[in-house]
Amino acid sequence: MDLTYTEEEEAFRAQARAWLAENVPHGLASGDTAEGFAQHLEWERKLYEARWAVVSWPQEYGGRDASIWEWLIFEEEYYRAGAPMRVTQNGIFLLAPTIFEFGTRAQQDRILPRMAAGLDLWCQGWSEPGAGSDLAATKARAVRDEERGGWRLTGQKTWTTRGAFCTHMFGLFRTDPESERHRGLTYFMVPLDTPGVTVRGFGRLDGDEGFAEVFLEDAFVPDDAVLGGVDRGWSVAMATTGSERGLTLRSPGRFLSAAERLVELARERGVAGDTLARDRVVRAWIDAEAYQLFTLQQVTEIAAGAATGARSSLNKLFWSELDVRLHRTALDLLGPEAELDGPWSRGFLFALAGPIYAGTNEIQRNIVAERVLGLPRK
Amino acid sequence: MRFALTSDQAALREAVRDLLRAECPPAAVRAGWPGEPEADPARVRSIWSQLTEMGVVGAAVPEEAGGLGLDACAIVGMLEEAGRAALPLPIVETAFVAAPLLAETSGHGDSVERLLGGDLLVGAALDGSGLVPYATVADLLLVGDARPGAAQPGEPEDGERRAGDGGRPRRDGGEGFGVVLLDPGEATAVAAVDGARAPGRVDLAGGDGTPLDVDAAALGRAWERGVLGSAAQLVGLSRTLLAMAVDYVQERRQFGVAIGTFQAVKHHLANALLALEFAAPAVLRAAWSLDEGSPHAGRDVAMAKALASDAAEQVAATALQVHGAIAYTVEYDLHLFAKRVWAGSRAWGDADWQRARIAAALGLTREGALR
Repeated sequence: MDLTYTEEEEAFRAQARAWLAENVPHGLASGDTAEGFAQHLEWERKLYEARWAVVSWPQEYGGRDASIWEWLIFEEEYYRAGAPMRVTQNGIFLLAPTIFEFGTRAQQDRILPRMAAGLDLWCQGWSEPGAGSDLAATKARAVRDEERGGWRLTGQKTWTTRGAFCTHMFGLFRTDPESERHRGLTYFMVPLDTPGVTVRGFGRLDGDEGFAEVFLEDAFVPDDAVLGGVDRGWSVAMATTGSERGLTLRSPGRFLSAAERLVELARERGVAGDTLARDRVVRAWIDAEAYQLFTLQQVTEIAAGAATGARSSLNKLFWSELDVRLHRTALDLLGPEAELDGPWSRGFLFALAGPIYAGTNEIQRNIVAERVLGLPRK
Repeated sequence: MRFALTSDQAALREAVRDLLRAECPPAAVRAGWPGEPEADPARVRSIWSQLTEMGVVGAAVPEEAGGLGLDACAIVGMLEEAGRAALPLPIVETAFVAAPLLAETSGHGDSVERLLGGDLLVGAALDGSGLVPYATVADLLLVGDARPGAAQPGEPEDGERRAGDGGRPRRDGGEGFGVVLLDPGEATAVAAVDGARAPGRVDLAGGDGTPLDVDAAALGRAWERGVLGSAAQLVGLSRTLLAMAVDYVQERRQFGVAIGTFQAVKHHLANALLALEFAAPAVLRAAWSLDEGSPHAGRDVAMAKALASDAAEQVAATALQVHGAIAYTVEYDLHLFAKRVWAGSRAWGDADWQRARIAAALGLTREGALR
């Protein structure tokens, strides 16, 4: 047991903190609007130029070869500094780990540097109108085009976050028309300017155009758009969902920083005489700490070579529900002012999506019960 | 950074688990209910002897005083195992609270020696309540008020007794309400839900007892060890309760299928695991903070106990619910573990009280107030 960081790691923290303090922009418009997305992109490029965009990646792709511990440190500092949301997150945190695991060297060289630099912006094409929690019900299909050496994609994807602002999409398509459920699916990476692709953005609960639906009609992509092999898409996709549910998408840093802001709000509002309110603030603070400790334990296991597997569903359940509780507590402290547009009300609306995206929490509970506790499926 | 037991600590923990798996099955827990037909004090004391031989009883006593001199990180693992087996003896109170406290206090060499020899069980209540778990099976009692903020000898400004401070006037007429050692004969046995805890009530307002000549800091550490040890036990108890529930729902069939196939049952159990998995690391972190003398040790210990108390209550309720009526019997073993949870979650400060401590540490209370 050693809960201290090495001198090198502390030096890394100091360097990150100093750079962030100098450079973090404040007051950007929402990254889920066209205007705000452009502002966030500017920030992403600044991060990239200073090599803070993808710290854990190899240097050749724009990273710093940072260890997973240093990555956690960077995340802590990032959110402590109040830095903007990462509009590149679906690429750098979800697709990239999958490319590192399943991509060919040529794919890695072609895709990763442009992703790191914020030149290619990736969105996720999982859900379809008839396939939400039931991802294996995917109907979008890919038909072989031998002549041109590739595939023709047809179907509809939806709830595609920031799809209207992105340049590329990764998603699952059925390559074996005879197949059912998890078999016969393939993981494709599709430029959204491909002829036959139409993107329509629409408003989310918070009013921002953060969602899109993506229509594909005979859209041709070459063979190297396939990640991890034809008909193997399910296992490749599961690697991404593991990242999405687990650590890489939601590191403890953001919740620790939100909890600190909540404690600050409670001090300002004065809860000393209100034991109920005080208790809820403390619970939220404890939750954020507990998520941090769970993560430190998990990263210790990962650093020792263990796979997180279905346990990433525990992360997802915990962070998504703590985020809602934390924000609801903040709104209660604000009282009548909670209805006003502001960081807490926006944070609350954002938190409400957590138990839904990345696999609803009902699905996560099934996964925990079946794959962690070992209960029978049927 | 490495958030895990060392291999030595893990090995020690495994050894305790193996020993208790063999020697402390539910039948042995029942043997630890004094006055019941199945009571068998000799069997229970023999488990204690084996734990003593393994060094567990003296684990927290410095090597120069004859113990193993292990740190809290090593010890919480063992206490979690004691919880897992529902060991019907005051292991937290004896090995983790009293042993190091007596060893650092002059004039108690004989007691330490007896304790290290496995001949001294200590019942302890440092919460000022005078209600001492295991008093009727213990050989020595440690009572008083060692909670943070409680008045202690040598702190004259706190010498005036306050409502709720269940302290005990010093026998030597000094000021404050310190912690004293008492003969178990001074306790009156009282019936309790968990028979194994065999508590006794002592009158804190006066009477005999040997004041413990230690400073407030030593008492404070003893308090934190009691809270932390109790949190570790709750984690262990929860692990058993959850395992019993997971096994049972796969065996029990209704409507033609195992009830563990139902999503309602699955989700209850997933929630129980979630609570447990996020409480356990807090216990280990608090142990580390104590070992390091961290300025946040008290806050971290409080967090561990708050999470462990809540998780254990949730796991116990879930385990009972998914079992159905079978667990609402004394023939079935589940109650042996659940009853320990219901007592332990409140002993050494319940979750609300611990969170109030954290509120104070976060600057959310009026200065100095705990409530």
